[in-house]
Formats: sequence, C-alpha cells, structure tokens
Amino acid sequence: MTDIRYLAPKTLDEAVGAFAAAQGAARILAGGTDLLVQMRAGVIRPGLIVDIKKISEMTSIEETAGGGFRIGAAVSGAALGEHPRFGRVWPGVLEAVNLIGSTQVQGRASPGGNLCNGSPAGDSVPAMIAAGAVVTVQGPAGRREMPVEAVPAGPGRTNLKPGEIVVSFTLPPRPAGSSDAYLRMIPRTEMDIAVVGVGVSLTMAGGKVTAARVGLGAVAPTVLLVGDAARALIGSTLNEASVEAAAAACRAACKPIDDKRGTIVYRTKVAGVLLKRTVAIAADRAKGG
Amino acid sequence: MNVISNKWIGQRTIRPDGADKVTGRAAYSADTTLPGLIWGKVLRSPHAHARIKSIDTSKAEALPGVKAVVTAKDLVDFPLDKSVMLGIQDMRWMCRNVMAREKALFHGHPVAAVAATSEEIAAEACRLIVVDYEVLPHVIDIDDAMQPGAPILHDFIQFEGKPSNIAGKLEHKLGDVEAGFAGADVIIERSFSTEPVHQGYIEPHACLVSVSGDGKAVIFSSSQGQFMVRAMTSLLTGIPQSDIRAIPAEIGGGFGGKTIIYLEPVATLLAKKSGRPVKMTMSREEVFRASGPTSGSKSTVKIGATRDGKIVAGQGTFYLQAGALPGSPIRGAAGCAFAPYDIPNVHSLGFDVVSNRSKVAAYRAPGAPIGAYAVECVLDELAEALKIDPLELRLKNAAKQGTKAAHGPVFPRIGFVETLEAARAHDHYKAPLGKLQGRGVASGFWFNAGGESSAQVNITEDGNVAVTTGHPDIGGSRASIANITAELLGIDYNRVSVQIGDTASIGYSNLTGGSRVLFASAMVVTQSTEKVITTLRERAAKIWKIDPEAVTWEDGEARPAGDNAGKFPGLSLADLAARASETGGPIGAGVQLNTTGAEGGFATHICDVEVDAELGIVRVLRYTSFQDVGRAIHPSYVEGQMQGGAAQGIGWALSEEYIYDRNGKVDNAGFLDYRMPVCSDLPMLDTVMIEIPNPKHPQGVRGVGEVPLVPPLAAVANAVANALGKRFYALPMSPPRVLAGLDGA
Ligand SMILES: Cc1cc2nc3c(=O)[nH]c(=O)nc-3n(C[C@H](O)[C@H](O)[C@H](O)COP(=O)(O)OP(=O)(O)OC[C@H]3O[C@@H](n4cnc5c(N)ncnc54)[C@H](O)[C@@H]3O)c2cc1C
Repeated sequence: MTDIRYLAPKTLDEAVGAFAAAQGAARILAGGTDLLVQMRAGVIRPGLIVDIKKISEMTSIEETAGGGFRIGAAVSGAALGEHPRFGRVWPGVLEAVNLIGSTQVQGRASPGGNLCNGSPAGDSVPAMIAAGAVVTVQGPAGRREMPVEAVPAGPGRTNLKPGEIVVSFTLPPRPAGSSDAYLRMIPRTEMDIAVVGVGVSLTMAGGKVTAARVGLGAVAPTVLLVGDAARALIGSTLNEASVEAAAAACRAACKPIDDKRGTIVYRTKVAGVLLKRTVAIAADRAKGG
Repeated sequence: MNVISNKWIGQRTIRPDGADKVTGRAAYSADTTLPGLIWGKVLRSPHAHARIKSIDTSKAEALPGVKAVVTAKDLVDFPLDKSVMLGIQDMRWMCRNVMAREKALFHGHPVAAVAATSEEIAAEACRLIVVDYEVLPHVIDIDDAMQPGAPILHDFIQFEGKPSNIAGKLEHKLGDVEAGFAGADVIIERSFSTEPVHQGYIEPHACLVSVSGDGKAVIFSSSQGQFMVRAMTSLLTGIPQSDIRAIPAEIGGGFGGKTIIYLEPVATLLAKKSGRPVKMTMSREEVFRASGPTSGSKSTVKIGATRDGKIVAGQGTFYLQAGALPGSPIRGAAGCAFAPYDIPNVHSLGFDVVSNRSKVAAYRAPGAPIGAYAVECVLDELAEALKIDPLELRLKNAAKQGTKAAHGPVFPRIGFVETLEAARAHDHYKAPLGKLQGRGVASGFWFNAGGESSAQVNITEDGNVAVTTGHPDIGGSRASIANITAELLGIDYNRVSVQIGDTASIGYSNLTGGSRVLFASAMVVTQSTEKVITTLRERAAKIWKIDPEAVTWEDGEARPAGDNAGKFPGLSLADLAARASETGGPIGAGVQLNTTGAEGGFATHICDVEVDAELGIVRVLRYTSFQDVGRAIHPSYVEGQMQGGAAQGIGWALSEEYIYDRNGKVDNAGFLDYRMPVCSDLPMLDTVMIEIPNPKHPQGVRGVGEVPLVPPLAAVANAVANALGKRFYALPMSPPRVLAGLDGA
C-alpha cells in the first residue's frame, strides 16, 4: 500500500526535473487512459505521478510559419478535433486520433500518450508516421528531435532516455495535392483494439504520386514505416499493379504473432487489403483537395 | 381467462424503478454498506487441474488487519455418493464450485477466502496463503475430454462402466427413426460446434453479509432469487433458513447466471468468524474466470423429409460442456431442438461432458440455442435441397395444438404457425438484397416455467395499494404487476406501488428464471387482488347494510347493484380505507401458489447480413423477431426481451468466445477481448409481437424472456450461408475464421 505522490507542474523544466529525479519510480500522466487502467490492473505501481496537462506548450496546437502544425503531446483527441483547420490539412491523422476509444476517452486521450504507451496497436501512430511527424523531446540533457517511428522500441517500451518527456509533434507543411487517411481492422465497430492499422499519406501531381509514406500498425513489435510500400506508390498513377505491389510490401513487412486478436495469416492478409483501401481514400482526398 | 378491459394492461407505463435507475440512486448489492464492514477476497487456483495437498493459512491469519480466513473445511461437506438437490442444482457440485475441496478443477477455482479491514490487506493476505498443489494434466475441449486416455476430472464418474468425463446422458424418443429415415427422399446430416458464451451481465457478483452474535445472518445480494440465496447459503453453511434473511438488491442483469450463488456462503462464514459485516465483490476478470458461462457444444443432426417437404424423421446428438462439475443444460438442447415441428419419428440425445473450465450456469433458455442452431441450419439445407422456401418448409411441419412433442407434452393452443405466417408476410422477408448480402430465417422453442410464487396486496390507510412479491425484478416485472393491479382494481397506475420482499417479509417464491416471473406473479397478484376486492365489497355492504352479493366493484369503487342499484353513492378505495378500522380492520390479502400452465414459447427470426469478404467481417444489416408473446402486459418490456435475446444471439453467432492458453487459463477475461456486440455493431432490432393468449393464465401471459435467444444463432448462420453460398458449421463466425473459410473454399 504504497503512497503515490502527484505533481502537476506548470513548466517543462519542473516536470523534467521531478521526473528525472524520481529515477524510474515516476510516470508521466497525460490523459491517463492507459496509465490509470494499468495502475488499476496492478501492472504498474508508480511512486510519483507527473501530470503534464498544466504545461501550456503541451496542450496547445500551433500553426507553424510554413503551414505546418505543432501539436502539444498532451492535447486531447477532442481538442484536436475542434481545431478549425487541422482536420482539413491532416484528415488521416485526425481520424486516427479520433478513433481512440469513445467520446469520454476522447476528452482525455492524447497522441503523446498513445505513442509513449508503446502499444504496437496504437491508432494514431501509423498515421503520424505516414505524416512524417517529428517529435520534440525534452530531458535532463536538453531538447532533441526524433521521427515518430524512432520512438517505439517494442511492446510497452520506447527509445526515450530516462527523464525524457515527449513535448510535441511537428507535422510538415503540405504541398498542394496532398492528403492522408487511416484505416484499422477491428472485429467490432468501436471500443476495440486494432488487429491491423494502416496510415497512408500521399502527394499527387498530374495524376501521379510524387510523395508517399505508409505506416503499418499491430503487425509487428513496433509500428512500422514501410518504405517499400511507399516506393511502389511513388511515381505511379495508382494503377492496380503498383497498389498491389505496395500491398505486397505491407504483407512482407508483417512480423505478427498468433494471438487472441488474430492469426498470423489473418493479420498478414488484412494488412494488404487495408493498404489498398487506405490508399484509395487518401488519393480521393488528395485529388479533391 | 378473465375478460378484462385494456385501461392499463398493454400500456407502456413508466417503470416504478426507472427514476432511481436513471439517476443512479438505485441500490445494487455493491452499493450497500454497514458500520464496521470489512472486505472479503477470494484466493483462486492458478492451475487448471491440481490436487490440493494442503493449505497453510497461518501467515495470512497473522497479518495485521486480517479478521477471518475460510477454506472448504469451513463449508458443509456434501459427500460424493449422495446427491442433495435444490431445484436443478446438486449441492455436491455447488459446494465444490463455491470452494475447491479435493481438487482445484479450473484456473480461477476458489481455494480460500480472507476478510480484512481493507481490500488491499485482504489481497495481501491471499498472497500469504500457501497451497501445496500437485499439478495434474488438464483438458479443456469436448473432443479432448472424450478421448481415450484423457485426464479424468472425477474418479467417481463412470460412463458405460469406465471412469469418464461424460457425466450424464438424456434421451428423448418418439416413433421409430430408423423406419422414418427409410421412408425419406432427402436426408441431410451435419455436425456443428459452438463456443461457451458468458451471460455478460453488467453488474459483477457482489454481496454484503452480517452475522450477529446470536448467529442470525442478513445477506444483501444481487441474485435472481433471494429464496435461492437463503436456501443455498443455509445448505452450505449449516445455518437454518429461519436464521437467514436474504434481502434482494437491485440487480444489474442475470440472464440465468445469477440463479446460483458464488460469494454468499463464503461471506457468511467470514462474517460469522470475524463478527464483522463482510462485503465481497467480484472483478470483471473473476466473473469471466469463475462464473457462468453456458456450454460450448458439439452436435450432429440428421433430418429426413419426403419430396413434398414433409419431415419424417429427426435425429440429434448433442455434447455439451458442463465445465468442471456436472450439470450442463442437455435437457434444453435435446428437448427443444425438434420441438417446433410435428415430426413422427424423433431421437434426441444429450451428453453432459466435464472438463477443466468454470462450471456452467444457466443462460436464457439454457441449451436450447445449441439444439436449435443445429436443427435450424439443417432445415435450411433441407429447404435448399427440396427447393422449398425455408419458411414454407417450417410452416408445412409446424407444431400446432394437439402435436405431440418428442420431449413429452401434447401442445395446447400455441402460436408458432402465426410467427411463421407473420414473418412470411412481413416486408422484411421480401426486401431486396445486394451483393454479398444474405437473408436467413430460423425458429425456436422454449419450455417456460410455472412454479412457486407468493404475493401480498395491501390497501394503505389513504386508499392506495402496496403490492409485495418475492421475485427480483430484472426485466420490468414491477411495472407489469402494477399494470395488472391497477387494471383489476380500476384505479390509476400511479396509485399502485410494487415492492420485492425479502425472505422474511413475503412467502417463498422461486427464482426469477425460466421466463416464469410475470406468468406466476400475475397469478398470485390477481388472486390476491380478487380477494381484496371481495373484502372491499363486504365492507361496502356492511356500511350500506345490504348483502355483499348486491355490491359490485366497478371503476375503482363499490357500487350497490341489483335491487339496490343507485340507492347509495359509490364508495371509493379511499372511502373504504378511511373506514377500514370500523368495518373490520386493515384490508389486504395474500396468495401463495405452485403455479402451472406456463405453456411453451415460440419465435421465428429473420436476419440480413452483409459480408466483407476481404476482411471476413459479418455485419447484421436488419433483424426482425416474431414471437408468440401470449399477452403483452407491458409491451416495452416484452420488446426489450426480444431485442436483448437477438443481440445476445448475434454475439454468440459472430464474436463471443472463450480463448484458453496452453495452461488452461482464459486469455480473454475482459470485455475488450471477449467481444459482446456494442451498440454500433447492431442495427435496430425490430420486433413483431404476436398475441395468442395463454388459455391457462388469467391475463393470457406466456413467458417471453428466453425464447428470443433460441433462433438467432441459426438465423445469422443461415444468412451468412445465403450471402456467401458457403456454410460455416462452427461458431463464432469471427473475421479470422470467416476469412480462413473463404480462402479454403
Ligand atoms: C475505453 C478505452 C478505449 C481505448 N481505445 C483505444 C483505441 O481505440 N485505440 C488506441 O490506440 N488506444 C485506445 N485506448 C488506449 C488509450 O486511450 C490511448 O493509448 C491514448 O492515446 C493514451 O493517451 P493518454 O493521454 O490517456 O495517455 P496516458 O495514459 O496518460 O499515458 C500513456 C503512457 O504514456 C506515458 N506518457 C504519456 N504522455 C507522455 C509524454 N508526453 N512523454 C512521455 N511519456 C508519456 C505515460 O507515462 C504512460 O505510460 C483506449 C483506452 C480505453 C480506456
């Protein structure tokens, strides 16, 4: 019956200081929709909880000079959904973030928590990877940046160093003719966990794909950036052969497990199916926009 | 049957318990509290099968804050060689399910329990109990349990002279099936399997028990029968029933799963030992590991018909999982499977198979969905082979008044044909279908039950009415009882209040189960109310100094009749209540009966699905249930039963299953991975109530709560077959299974 200390600092320096000083006995609290569940289940018993929601940099959404976005790591899904422009520029990232949980969960759950929880099935992660998002991290040794795909290390683990906190996600400016999409396979229609998740970001010019990124979730120990799938799409008109090649690349990238949520065969096959469907939606949006 | 007007019966009145439930005031068992209460926790077996060599509780008892520890030694032992039945439950198995005795028989089986001043200390104390197990090989699935050389759970169970995991057999025979099949033009025989499914009630099991210094126990708990709680707790603890008062809390769903006890005797013993009130609640994980579910099954069904679509023979063999201790619902599977049809030759066989899973509990029409799944799927294939419309085939063979069912009875007036005709005439049956969409139909039967009920109807001093019955209200029975009482007395619905009495305040009443509550309680409430009306007429006669026979009760008042008609102004309930003392004392009456005449229920369902053939996902697009409901006393709650059954059946067909790991441990003990449908998974579940009043009931009531879960498994399966042109013979038709099936085709 250990007592738990709770801190809600107003600055990042204070948060990092307290977090680092506790040396592994502390946990960051964003929305708490993973953390509190894990505490209740007895999986973790932190001695200190550092709530980051009072730090304004972590709960704000800014548009950068070139037309990109900087999203605080603790911004809730609902707040992101209410932003007047974000969803128009990054509909795929927004739909991925907004898929998390239910209306109640959306009021709390954050993209930072989704990433740092380290689940290979986190919904926003493949979309963020496809978007080419970069996270800003602050720790005892100062600030650094890393691409989203470099953060997960394995189920429940990240490559953050002791005392490091993810501060924000930076999404690059969008050229004309760009859009993105995210699809997941769940057995139910909501309140479920992805068996496969696919994020696709495309830029199209003159009917051809000029840039593409593909993020693939729930089929390996970490969410993957599938370079071969992107390469199959870039330069194509999204004809059947190139989309099939991208689907094959996704299937080849899968290193899934057989578990209660799906078999290896099932996940692998579905990864290809979802890739095609997600590409079609992203392309539609890119052309329409 | 009484001829009655329709002022309240059939009205969608506001349920008496509604306001408290929607505002969160309703008290469920975990909400109750008492001064000085402490917390009970159960230590559960980490092994699927193990001999318990010894249990050392000394360290736990020494932990500060621990007030009591119990093990199987503290419960009454029921020796294995003599069965002690309470209803359909054998106390030999019940005592071993509540607390493991010789062996731990499944992962999660209770082994000991602790009461302490906090939940954390109780949990810590559980960790300090040392159990010396001899781990034994375990067996989970039916086929494995019946293999020669399978680990045997119970040495004392013999089948065909040898130790076996087959714990029981049941057989129904009608005519001569061999001869029947010999005369058939078309015979279809198929084998099926289904997975165990949990009742999935929202409220986990919970209770609060206080035992006073003189040994008198008070139990607050959520169950489907306070009298069952009293009786089973009495048997398992040895405390006489007269020293136990069981108080029914509001109940957050049961579906059959709360017709037995898990925590109550344990909490009672902890409370007795500690002298403190003890509260116990199960976590959702404990609910999944150690309560319910209903059986998984393997079955084979063979049906033969002549070319014109007349079914001449039916044969079914049903193997049902009992869990770790005997008692699967083979009667429902083997008895209901062929019951909707007039078949001259039937042979139906059920086998009860034990394995190292949690002991099954009742679940809405126990066993019947399993039987109907196999029979109704084979009928679909038979219709296809005969090129007859599936509803037409069922109509041609439908049981009617006078049909002799294989399980025994000759049916009185029943409404099965009407459900089929209504389905055939409904626009749903003719609506166009798109690509990868399919439509299935299926029917079902459930016995329904009567049995013991008690009621007391009292007129309050201000002329209103208080009705007390002895059944926990799960499906809206208080509203229905108020409708009936208001109707009979000719007064406003809002002047009737309905209570559920505890075991000390109302006479014995059997379970809220078997679709029996409104059937039986309407009978005792009707007779009690009629007695009250007789008294009211006598009181008015006394005041008017005329013969009671010359007084009628109309529109909520006594009126002089016959020669005296119009001589005196009528006397209302309030008038008579005000003068009750001077005319003979308080006015009220109670009736206790063992009710009979609960005739069976029939239903026919239509289901449309769409299959995403690339992902293996089956979505239900449209669903309509047609049911003979006898008389819908409160239509909303009849529809609610129909919709609930369909929703649960869709989950059974498409997504619900237990997943065991190699060690015999449930791997999906929570709602995330035990997939019941959520709201967005289902379309509006449409209902068509067909009212063929039960001739043996004063208001025509027929049980409606269970038959809605009988047809859906096959309705969904037949729809999937229709959409894909390929049949699945195993449930659930989950996405990986459907995709694997399609790829294999
Ligand atoms: C009912 C329910 C439904 C759900 N459905 C989904 C779903 O559909 N899809 C899905 O992907 N997830 C789902 N989840 C999981 C969860 O909601 C998400 O992962 C969510 O994004 C977590 O965000 P949070 O802000 O609540 O994280 P928290 O619980 O606050 O944190 C999660 C973890 O990350 C750490 N952390 C948080 N922020 C930071 C940071 N800035 N820097 C460093 N470490 C940090 C915490 O210490 C913790 O270990 C669901 C959860 C629930 C309870």
